[in-house]
Amino acid sequence: MIEIKDLSKRYGSFQALDNISMNIDAGTVFGFVGPNGAGKSTTMSILATLLLPDSGIAKVSGFDVTRHPKEVRRRIGYMPDFFGVYDRFKTDEYLHFYGASYGIARAEREKLIPQLLELVNLSDKKDAYVDGLSRGMKQRLCLARSLVHDPEVLILDEPASGLDPRARIEMREILKELKRMGKTIIISSHILPELAEMVDQIGVIEHGRMVAQGRVSDIQNRMRVNRVLHIRTLGRQDELAERLRDENHVSRVLSDANGLQVHFSGQDQEQMQLLRRILDWEYEVVSFNEAQTNLEDVFLEITKGGAAT
Amino acid sequence: MSTKNKWGKGGSLWINPVLDKEFRLRMRTPRSFFAILGYVLVLGLLAMGFIYVTMTSRGVQSGMRFDPSTSRMLFYVLSIAQLVLVAFMTPALTAGVISGEREKQTLNILLTTQQSSSAIVLSKLLSSLAFMVLVVLATLPVYSIVFLYGGISPSQLMLVFLFYLFTMLLLGALGIMCSTLFKRTIIAVIMTYGMTLFIFVVTGVAYLLFMAVVQQSYYSSTPPPEYSWVGFVLGLNPVGAMISIFEPEISKQAFLVNGGNLQNQAPISLWLEFVLVYAVVIALALWVAIRKIRPVGRRRDEAEDAPMPRSGLDGSGEVAEMKPADGRSDKN
Repeated sequence: MIEIKDLSKRYGSFQALDNISMNIDAGTVFGFVGPNGAGKSTTMSILATLLLPDSGIAKVSGFDVTRHPKEVRRRIGYMPDFFGVYDRFKTDEYLHFYGASYGIARAEREKLIPQLLELVNLSDKKDAYVDGLSRGMKQRLCLARSLVHDPEVLILDEPASGLDPRARIEMREILKELKRMGKTIIISSHILPELAEMVDQIGVIEHGRMVAQGRVSDIQNRMRVNRVLHIRTLGRQDELAERLRDENHVSRVLSDANGLQVHFSGQDQEQMQLLRRILDWEYEVVSFNEAQTNLEDVFLEITKGGAAT
Repeated sequence: MSTKNKWGKGGSLWINPVLDKEFRLRMRTPRSFFAILGYVLVLGLLAMGFIYVTMTSRGVQSGMRFDPSTSRMLFYVLSIAQLVLVAFMTPALTAGVISGEREKQTLNILLTTQQSSSAIVLSKLLSSLAFMVLVVLATLPVYSIVFLYGGISPSQLMLVFLFYLFTMLLLGALGIMCSTLFKRTIIAVIMTYGMTLFIFVVTGVAYLLFMAVVQQSYYSSTPPPEYSWVGFVLGLNPVGAMISIFEPEISKQAFLVNGGNLQNQAPISLWLEFVLVYAVVIALALWVAIRKIRPVGRRRDEAEDAPMPRSGLDGSGEVAEMKPADGRSDKN
């Protein structure tokens, strides 16, 4: 559905994109993750036909964004990270305008727009002037606007930025609904928890380079080479800590009142052998579990925490 | 507003949603009505002032008459004043139409719709010009004073209004070009006023200077020339071109050097030269605006159909590759 190959873009001396490549299949929700200035918005602007790449290829539904921009525009719904609205428009007029701009007949829009307003929970604001809406409502209206021509692909650049927690949850629910509708969504964020629940794949971009890409669970597994194990025993905790420090794959052992925190770089097989050895040493193990890594940990690990915000 | 009044099917320029949106938003602000009021007031006061000054300067002895020749003079004064007002207002109305959308962060969204670049640019231009036409038409009652006293034919009035329309189109096209080329509205407005100043003032001053030089060298030439190329410079000036509509003889005189034969024809009427030259400028300005509003597509040859990499999920839902997508170390 979305194909990017060796895409590069430079602004003066700043290399915004440096040969990034990725593939996103139809129906996938792709989380584009990276710190501010990493190149997410540049990639999305190129996909939205708003920016020309210096080199490389970007295709949407098989159409090259530079050679067939009109075909691409027909297939994408784009929501930029910063956007304005026409202040003297009413909410439904705003959607009618964009619907007409996509060549949708009036009769069709009359049916479509109430549905869109309902989807984004703005039915009661139909006759309200756009400049009177809150930030969250404007974000939702802009999302409805990006759906007005029923695009195959949604390109959402930081759709939840600047929203309060409630508005953020509302936005997340709408995006889940869109996922259920089978839309291919490419969504960028530098705030990871908001993406974690809903994305199928993520791409981590830093300094214009794609540093990791794949399914969330697989990337998490990959990151588990540096997993943290929590071990609690009945007594002899410090003695066990000493013995564990000499074990392979153990880089660090912390001991406190809650038990041991073991930084472990082995895979599942080595982890199982470690547990077996502890039991062979006849320690009375109450619990032995692995700390869950979330998307944020993954991102920080991949980017080494450098520029994450 | 009822949804019954919403846009028809988009696509055609004349019922273009961008054009409709511009009309709707422009007329929803009281600023438009105050602009029309102010404009008509200025022109009305000018007409009243002219009548007052003319009548009082003639004194009681002449019977304080306002005859057709004075009425004709009033028409000229009003027409030139209106031309100057058009020159002031058109850049202000057009130089911000694209850059303003860019500053309000609405342009990017508009550019991702199915509206073509030409539809966006021409709709913006037409809506601005439509407002200017409304402003100029609102001054017709002021012109009715002229008709009250005679001296001007309706066809002359119509020609003058057509000339305004062309001048608006010219300044509007330059304004929209600057608005597309410059990111900030203030820069676009300054550049458009700079071009307007060039067209209105620099061409006029250049004509006077060149004519002075040609007149000075008149007697040193053998035989003395009857016509000079300098007239072409005046044909680039809107005021000169408009006066040639009132008084066709002006075209001839603009090219004549002292002692020339008035029986000869001018190489071209000033207004015709103005229209021909600036029609090309309008076309060029609009072409640049349409070309520059969106990034231009380009051709790719070899790389176009190259197979794409399949990092991430493949069609079967399995992870095809888990190394960094660009093949670099993920520590960078």
